[in-house]
Amino acid sequence: MPMLPIAYEPSISKVMSSWRTSKPIIDYSKCTRCSICWKFCPDVAINLVTDTSLTAPNERFKALEAPVIDYNYCKGCGICAEECPFDAITMEREEE
Amino acid sequence: MESIQSARRIMTGNEAVAAGVKLANVKIVSAYPITPQTTIVEKLAEMVANGELDAKFIEVESEHSAMSSVIASELTGVRSFTASSSHGILYMHEALHWAAGMRVPVVMSVVNRAIGPPWSIWGEQTDTFNQRDTGWIQIYCESNQESMDSIILGYKIGENKRVLLPVMNMLDAFTLSHTSEPVELRDQKTSMEYLGDLDLDARIDFSNPMGYGSLVPPDGPFMEMKKDMRDSMYKATGMIKKEIDNFNETFNAELPGVTENFMMEDADYALITAGAISSTAKYTVRKLRERGQKVGLIRIYFYRPFPGEDVLRAAKGLKGLGVVERNLSFGQRGPMFEDVVSSLYGRVDVPVRNYVVGLGGRDIRVKDYELMFENLTEGDNEMEWVNVKVK
Repeated sequence: MPMLPIAYEPSISKVMSSWRTSKPIIDYSKCTRCSICWKFCPDVAINLVTDTSLTAPNERFKALEAPVIDYNYCKGCGICAEECPFDAITMEREEE
Repeated sequence: MESIQSARRIMTGNEAVAAGVKLANVKIVSAYPITPQTTIVEKLAEMVANGELDAKFIEVESEHSAMSSVIASELTGVRSFTASSSHGILYMHEALHWAAGMRVPVVMSVVNRAIGPPWSIWGEQTDTFNQRDTGWIQIYCESNQESMDSIILGYKIGENKRVLLPVMNMLDAFTLSHTSEPVELRDQKTSMEYLGDLDLDARIDFSNPMGYGSLVPPDGPFMEMKKDMRDSMYKATGMIKKEIDNFNETFNAELPGVTENFMMEDADYALITAGAISSTAKYTVRKLRERGQKVGLIRIYFYRPFPGEDVLRAAKGLKGLGVVERNLSFGQRGPMFEDVVSSLYGRVDVPVRNYVVGLGGRDIRVKDYELMFENLTEGDNEMEWVNVKVK
């Protein structure tokens, strides 16, 4: 029986956090939930979730879906930080 | 034993291939219908439309998509077929590697045509000799009968679980593709029993999802899979020979072995050819034999896996051997010459010459073959151009 190029494990099980040299940090007090970062993320590493416990510029924004970065897949490209119209995302250098 | 019904029909090579596809119980045909496509898929589309062939015809937007779609349909567990030619094959090149690497045993017919520029639609084999490293088994046919039989044989060999590779079935443009010959139509029932149902161990299965052709890191099984593929191909020759015998017995057919030795028993000088140009070479051999010259012909039927051992056996004791190429590789001698010489290297001492013939559909005449046989007695192993109007 030949070796087949078939994987039974989905690629989502592979954690790529070691690819990163700096990580994006969202300052939710500046985040208007515009979802531009979510649209621009080339690796689908940003999820939109409704979480009222997160801070916001004012109370009305808390009911909207907020971006949450999945650091297992974020490769630290910095596009979200570049594109955020409210400068709510900063890139922080990661050691090791 | 049940009697085998057979019927002789006058068919072009393209029609013979289409008949072979029906005999092989193919369920999906996918093709891009524009030049350089041939009447193979035109005939198949007609057969699907009038209900003669119980299959689905997928009209795609390119040859790349044609190959991609048959890879996918074959993986669902139904026999699939496509056909193309010259520039179409070049456009398919990436997907050809995928078909072989995914171990998908599809069969494709290729009408050998020249590659431009200058633009040409005529016969020559450069288009498929270009694809020899893609991991496809390659069969070069000499007659319309072989063109049809090689489809059925191709599925049988490719689907063998020790091989599991796609098969490319070649016929020369116009000389076979558009020329009518008597063809013995094989019996549908016998053919379906001979092939059985397609049985893939890793077909697409929604209850057990799999990723096909996933990413592997350098320490993953990349090299191992390539080695496995190479070994499966390289070791297939023995199994192919047995399968040809089996085919001949089942259908009362007359396919040659992986190579055909024509008047080679006591030959001193011989040529090696592939495809329909072999028929003129055989005629020349017979003519020279009548004049008392001890000449012969080795015809390559399976080009990949390369039948090196068979060529070696046939070449033993020869005083001169000429490799006739109807294809061109730049910056080195011909690819078949390289294959032959590497098979003989260090094992027999036979001078080997290399001829280039018939590019862009130029006729290869009896007097050209006579000249090639004459030149075997002298000269070096440089490539020699036959019937060419420049020095």
